Amino acid sequence: MLATNAPPAAATPVVTLHGIAKRFANGTLALDQFDLTIRNGEFLSLLGPSGCGKSTGLRLIAGLGEPTEGAISWSGANPRGRRRNGLDVGFVFQEPTLMPWATVRRNVMLPLELEGVDSGVAKERVAQALERVGLTPFRDAYPRELSGGMKMRVSIARALVTDPQLLLMDEPFAALDEITRFKLNNDLLELWRAIGHTVIFVTHSVFESVYLSSRIVVMTPRPGRVFAELAIDAPYPRDERFRTSAEYAGYCRIASQALTSAMANAS
Amino acid sequence: MNSTAPAPGAAHRLTIEWQRIALPAATLALGILAWDLVVRIKDIPPFILPAPGLVAKTLASDWTLLWNSLVVTLVTTFQGLALALAGGIGLAILFNQSRLIEHSLYPYAVILQVTPVVAVAPLLLIYLPQQGAVLACAWIVAFFPILANTTLGLNSVDRNLVDLFEIYGASRIKVLLRLKLPAALPYMLGGLRIAGGLSLIGAVVAEIAAGSAGAGSGLAYRIAESGYRLNIPRMFAALILLSMAGIAIFLALSVLSHLMLRRWHESAMASER
Repeated sequence: MLATNAPPAAATPVVTLHGIAKRFANGTLALDQFDLTIRNGEFLSLLGPSGCGKSTGLRLIAGLGEPTEGAISWSGANPRGRRRNGLDVGFVFQEPTLMPWATVRRNVMLPLELEGVDSGVAKERVAQALERVGLTPFRDAYPRELSGGMKMRVSIARALVTDPQLLLMDEPFAALDEITRFKLNNDLLELWRAIGHTVIFVTHSVFESVYLSSRIVVMTPRPGRVFAELAIDAPYPRDERFRTSAEYAGYCRIASQALTSAMANAS
Repeated sequence: MNSTAPAPGAAHRLTIEWQRIALPAATLALGILAWDLVVRIKDIPPFILPAPGLVAKTLASDWTLLWNSLVVTLVTTFQGLALALAGGIGLAILFNQSRLIEHSLYPYAVILQVTPVVAVAPLLLIYLPQQGAVLACAWIVAFFPILANTTLGLNSVDRNLVDLFEIYGASRIKVLLRLKLPAALPYMLGGLRIAGGLSLIGAVVAEIAAGSAGAGSGLAYRIAESGYRLNIPRMFAALILLSMAGIAIFLALSVLSHLMLRRWHESAMASER
């Protein structure tokens, strides 16, 4: 294993899900006996068909809703004692989810304002976050003036502005065109390597998950549970050469087969 | 995209813009001409149908009287509108914060709206001083569109944004001030635009009801009074002034809405083809 590889399995867990079940009021069982350990510094993808409960799992980790059964435990939880609900996460939704009435700068500043961060400090952190995603020239633009890819960058800058321990991303690039998605994939990997936060990335794209992740968790259709785990040991930094390599194609084949049998198993 | 040269079709667009002003103006001119001709040819006496020239003359000669009455009516209208704005938004926020209050009060807000204000005005005139009754009528009709629209706006917030605020542990008051109220602003302004015209109608209806009781000096009262005196030219003059006031209110509120939304809301954006 190369030094640049994904963190070893022995890395400290950040958050652990123990036998999570989630049943909605309408009776739908989205998750059942869902066990997962997320390790510090890894890039973990939850891969599964639409409606397999991967987004539900992500929302539970973010503290949006309570599991029907099971527990979520944070190790060294809330290390900075910042968040009132004890969580230290950034969340990127499938849509950019920006406030249309606020400029890019105000949108990115929102998490800091809600946490009551001193405005001088906040301004500096916002400038830094915008610099990271390459949006400094657009800081005074309104969301409607930006392209889909740029809006998503704003959303990522907003999630990173609090410097969270854990970044949760719910199919963030699913609605973008392929060229934009590839570009954002690369930028996201660069950010991850520069900052060193832990990422959980929900996707239904085999190719995207293999390209990005250090580990892929393949989920079964509803009710969602872990079907297979797949370590992607290819070294970072990954770039277009990796995307066209035989190694990448091999991982995609394995992940694809796992996904196919996960779905076959369920039906 | 931002080329400085005029895009093809710009001249065509200009023609359409020009037509939007010229065509209604031409229609108006034709209508006035026809009116004048009918009065002249049929030799209709002014106490049945005055010629447009006479109406214009009356508007000029009675200007001080009519203008003072218009000011009275407009003051009532804006007072009613301001109260409706405060009451409508306040109640909508209360409804949004508490289901219990919403379910207890909403039906009565609807009843207030569907009961014709013409029928309520005489009753209000019994219980309230005249100015209070007129104001109450303006308020009753203007209040509901603001309440209904603001309620809709407060409930139409992007669910993901609500989740985002929850993730960052935002308090209820912060969610209201930073998320729900800005998101509801376009709806509120839509309600306000409807309420502006309705407030004027409410004031006029109440003035006419009050005027029949023998007091008042608003423009609607002038219309009623002129009617009793068969001063038909003055009736027309007052009516024209009144509808001008309605148009001015609508335009002013439209401009206000545009100014507040132009940077971000779809409704205030010019569509580029």
